[in-house]
Amino acid sequence: MDYKLEAKNANLWYGNKQALKDITLSIEPNSVTAFIGPSGCGKSTLLRCFNRMNDLIEGSRIKGEFLLDKANIYKDIEVYDLRKRVGMVFQKPNPFPKTIFENVAYGLRINGINDKKLLAEKVEWSLKNAALWDEVKDNLNNSALSLSGGQQQRLCIARTLAVEPTVVLMDEPASALDPISTAKIEDLIYELKNKFTIVIVTHNMQQAARVSTKTAFFYLGELIEFDETKKLFTNPEEEKTQNYITGRFG
Amino acid sequence: MIHMRTKEKAIEILMMACSFLTVLTTLGIILVLLIDSIKFFSEVSIVDFFTDTQWTPLFSEKHFGILPLLTGTLLTTFIAVLVAVPLGLTIAIYLNEYASPKFTNIVKPILEVLAAVPTVVYGFFALQFVTPLLQQFIPDLRGFNALSPGLVMGVMIIPYITSLSEDALRAVPSSLREASYGMGATKFQTAFKVLVPAASSGIMVSIILAISRALGETMIVAIAAGQEPRLTFNPKESVETITTYIVQVSMGDVPQDSLEYRTIFAAGLTLFLFTFILNNISFWIRKKFQNKYE
Ligand SMILES: Nc1ncnc2c1ncn2[C@@H]1O[C@H](COP(=O)(O)OP(=O)(O)O)[C@@H](O)[C@H]1O
Ligand SMILES: [Mg+2]
Repeated sequence: MDYKLEAKNANLWYGNKQALKDITLSIEPNSVTAFIGPSGCGKSTLLRCFNRMNDLIEGSRIKGEFLLDKANIYKDIEVYDLRKRVGMVFQKPNPFPKTIFENVAYGLRINGINDKKLLAEKVEWSLKNAALWDEVKDNLNNSALSLSGGQQQRLCIARTLAVEPTVVLMDEPASALDPISTAKIEDLIYELKNKFTIVIVTHNMQQAARVSTKTAFFYLGELIEFDETKKLFTNPEEEKTQNYITGRFG
Repeated sequence: MIHMRTKEKAIEILMMACSFLTVLTTLGIILVLLIDSIKFFSEVSIVDFFTDTQWTPLFSEKHFGILPLLTGTLLTTFIAVLVAVPLGLTIAIYLNEYASPKFTNIVKPILEVLAAVPTVVYGFFALQFVTPLLQQFIPDLRGFNALSPGLVMGVMIIPYITSLSEDALRAVPSSLREASYGMGATKFQTAFKVLVPAASSGIMVSIILAISRALGETMIVAIAAGQEPRLTFNPKESVETITTYIVQVSMGDVPQDSLEYRTIFAAGLTLFLFTFILNNISFWIRKKFQNKYE
């Protein structure tokens, strides 16, 4: 099997505190993988390893291997290139205080694309893929901050898609949104897996069940169980998983 | 309890008195400037004041054109800003994005010393060190010139720009940094394409403050720029600024109740108008943008 992303015996420390403990998992291309588990169990930490966002945190240290298309993320790929191939959507919508158009064009511009026609094409493509085009196509020069929270988050998704990554990491992308906006994001994730490999952190088990093909359950920095979503939610192997999904803790 | 309350009340009244005092001082200054300026303009036409290209109130053939003083002031200020904005901003970005917090905490106070050096020291530094040094490269540079005090003044106002710009950059939410880095942007791209635009209002305010400071600076230009009112934008020439002129006249033996003496109020009012407008612009920017991230 040609896996898209792999972690092999991965460990991570913040200073003295170990946040990831010997994690091994493989993610297939064009799938949606959900990371679930109680708060503080290391879901975000693992997610951020795949595009090296933890590098920005002073005192963080890793051991083990992280692979993208079989290449070692920390050794064989330049970090700027990696982050273009592995995009990230954050918990709170974080559009730049620029126009809608310039937000989506940002990733293209930093790659040296300044051709107007090409930029316009790619911006349209990205906004369509983020299911936002119809709502903003007449207001591309308005400030991104004038959009609603749900629209801002889809704008951030469009901004990430613009550089055509192969993987999109999402860290609780709907946790700050109302139910209608959340539903839109979930539909979108379902669509996106045709073109991208998606990894999504969520504390919402229904959401994991709705959007993902596979689910990984973490507890205190360890990967407890990783399986087909349906199997994990209906017939888990581990007792800890069983307890968590039935709401007995977390 | 009653005792406490009287004490509270007394403190409140004292504080109110203090703020009244500052307001009264400001009003007093404006009043003095206005009264003498009105007397001045009853004898000199305001049109001449702004269009005449010569300023010779102390000579027998009198001209009252503020333009030479104004260009002298603007020229030295412009040179200072040209030095201070790129340097001050670069330092702010470096301290904020590149340097370790430890380094920043050491460098920032040192940098602020620049603003605390007595200006008379800067003045002589410009006259006796910078000018001769520059003359090695620019042979036709006059002994008194606009360039050297302009440059030195630029160094002096760097902390004004660095300090406020650094605060503005620091106030940019780290989520925007993450967004930019997460897309594969470099530090440089993140700094100049995201952080600086997002902090632009604070940066503008810092630049305006620095300009006000340079416009009003007296000692450095009085010592090193000369005292020849000249309508020129040539930095190699000797020029006189409004502030220098005011010092020159108030220290001289011009009789107090004369037209010559009143020129300093008209000149002072002109300078005041400039800084007043700048202050208002910066107030407006601050008000307009303060809630951007809330
Ligand atoms: N920047 C950091 N510095 C130190 N410890 C951190 C940092 N970020 C997270 N941690 C710790 O690492 C553990 C895992 O955190 P995280 O990955 O954010 O959990 P989750 O996303 O599952 O809620 C937690 O115990 C948390 O306190
Ligand atoms: Mg998290």
